Amino acid sequence: MKKLLVALVLVLTLVGFAAKYKIGVAIPAADHGWTGGMVWWAQYAIKQYQNDPDVEFYLVTAREPSEQIAQVQALLARGINALVINPYESAPLTPICVQAFRQGVYTVIVDRGINSEEYNVYIAGDNYMYGYLAGKYIAEKLKGKGNVVVIRGIPSTIDDERVKAFKDAIAPYPDLKIIAEQPGYWSREKAFEVMQTLLTKFPQIDAVWTGDDDMLHGVLIALRQAGRDKNIVLVGGACEKNIVKMIMDGHPLIEVDFTYPPNMIATAINLAVMGLKGQSLNGFYQKGIPRKITLSTETVTRQNAKDYYFPDSVF
Amino acid sequence: MRIKFRNFLGKYMIVLVLIGLMIFSGIITPAFLKPRNILNIFWQTSYVGIIAIGITFVMIAGGIDLSVGSMLALLGAFAITTSNKLGNGVGPTLVSILLTYALASLLGLGMGILTTKGKIPAFITTLGGMAIYRSLVLNFANGGVYMSFSRTFSSFGMKFVAGLPLPMIVFIAYAVLAYIVLDKTRFGRYVYAVGANETAAVYSAIKVDTIRTITYIISGVSVATSAILLSSMMASVSSSSTGSGFELDAIAAAVIGGTSLSGGKGTIFGTFFGALILGVVNNMLVMLNVAVYLQGMVKGLIIIAAVLLQNLRK
Repeated sequence: MKKLLVALVLVLTLVGFAAKYKIGVAIPAADHGWTGGMVWWAQYAIKQYQNDPDVEFYLVTAREPSEQIAQVQALLARGINALVINPYESAPLTPICVQAFRQGVYTVIVDRGINSEEYNVYIAGDNYMYGYLAGKYIAEKLKGKGNVVVIRGIPSTIDDERVKAFKDAIAPYPDLKIIAEQPGYWSREKAFEVMQTLLTKFPQIDAVWTGDDDMLHGVLIALRQAGRDKNIVLVGGACEKNIVKMIMDGHPLIEVDFTYPPNMIATAINLAVMGLKGQSLNGFYQKGIPRKITLSTETVTRQNAKDYYFPDSVF
Repeated sequence: MRIKFRNFLGKYMIVLVLIGLMIFSGIITPAFLKPRNILNIFWQTSYVGIIAIGITFVMIAGGIDLSVGSMLALLGAFAITTSNKLGNGVGPTLVSILLTYALASLLGLGMGILTTKGKIPAFITTLGGMAIYRSLVLNFANGGVYMSFSRTFSSFGMKFVAGLPLPMIVFIAYAVLAYIVLDKTRFGRYVYAVGANETAAVYSAIKVDTIRTITYIISGVSVATSAILLSSMMASVSSSSTGSGFELDAIAAAVIGGTSLSGGKGTIFGTFFGALILGVVNNMLVMLNVAVYLQGMVKGLIIIAAVLLQNLRK
């Protein structure tokens, strides 16, 4: 009996060594801080497998949808076993993702969904709660009364959903007014410019919500320069490392942040490996990897900020 | 008298367009005309404005420079990195600024030589430059942000001198200097000659290639000026987003100001006000709280109308 077990283990290891999983990772190129973070985390996750002879990775980044399609085609030609993709845009990337799935490639879609149900796993951040929690925090912090400025990202469906959620959260407070809603295009410089202009227009601003932490940096500079960096509630989002550091050190204006983690790509890469190896998630009675995962938006405060501070990351 | 008046209008129409835009915005939102906001507009315009002045030289000489946006990020990142290495203090900061200008001149020289001696269309060389510079910036920061740790370096970008923001002063001084070079020197006349009729310029014993190359160096130096001011103010450069789209804004500013895309025509005066018109439009969109998705349309319509109005006078 014992001999049989040993033989079995031996056979399994041999089979395991023989099976080499090729995993393609396709993500947009870094065009602002957050996507830069995603590229960094993808490289990080891949590095964690460098001593695992079972898996081999091909990481590609694209500047536009057609480039990404071409990259995925090249990956499929290479004979990948799994595809982890953050589609540049939903519609144009749908056919190629579906094709991959139909060819039997284990397909993990990250964050931006495709217009089809033909995939193995879909993992995404929670845009609704990302906006909602920011709105709720500002409403409670201001006790339901005050002037709020919204500096949103690049106008897009993701951004629309967050802004809508933000408005839903402050809807119960009629005395909380959004006095301006302007795009800052997820850029420091642009957010600085917008905030500088709004500060001249409005003598009283009680809170500013920026679509992400990069823009919050720009707002901070504008406030400091105008000498109005007091008595104002500031909320960004997505936990850029320097903002998290400020929270950790007890910044007087920024007390909270909300996750929309770029390291979801690292989780997705792990899920692809686990899926290929036929592993299951801890705590689940069911086998396999869940098909749809929405990551929760976590609240970062001074107490837990150190768990969200990754000084080596680029975002 | 009539002809004189028409000439006058043709030349200064752009100023009237600018004033008209400002009155319009002022009526809708009085806050627009606050002195503070006018200063802000000058300030916000100065970064693209300085680059647009450099690009005016290139365009008048018949070239184009698409690399300015990526170059802005590269030079800003270079200035930050060197000043971080050299440390605090006025001396090290000056050294890092000088090094940035040196690199900028070198890059401009390279672009110029590739375009003239290499006989590659400027559109291609500078498009290549745009891709190469951006990719280098991304590579060295791994897609992240360059942060300034030198207090001296990050102090002057937001300085006020005599109640005016420093970038605005530099912008105006730079425009005056460029006006003198382009309008009052022999070099300036050569720039026009090269762009208007290359063959004629060659027969007039003008060193066409040298003149063209110098315009690219001027463009590089302009970008360096803007990069130093911007990276000092933000105390950072984002490898992915800083400067992206600046090339289009700078070219648009020049064209709104009457610079011809096919060379031989253009003025610093026009580019200066062209840049300001763009700045006023950007500011106006925020001041009037224009709906997010309609901003592009409003901006586009105003730009087209501004050029159309000037053409109607001719």
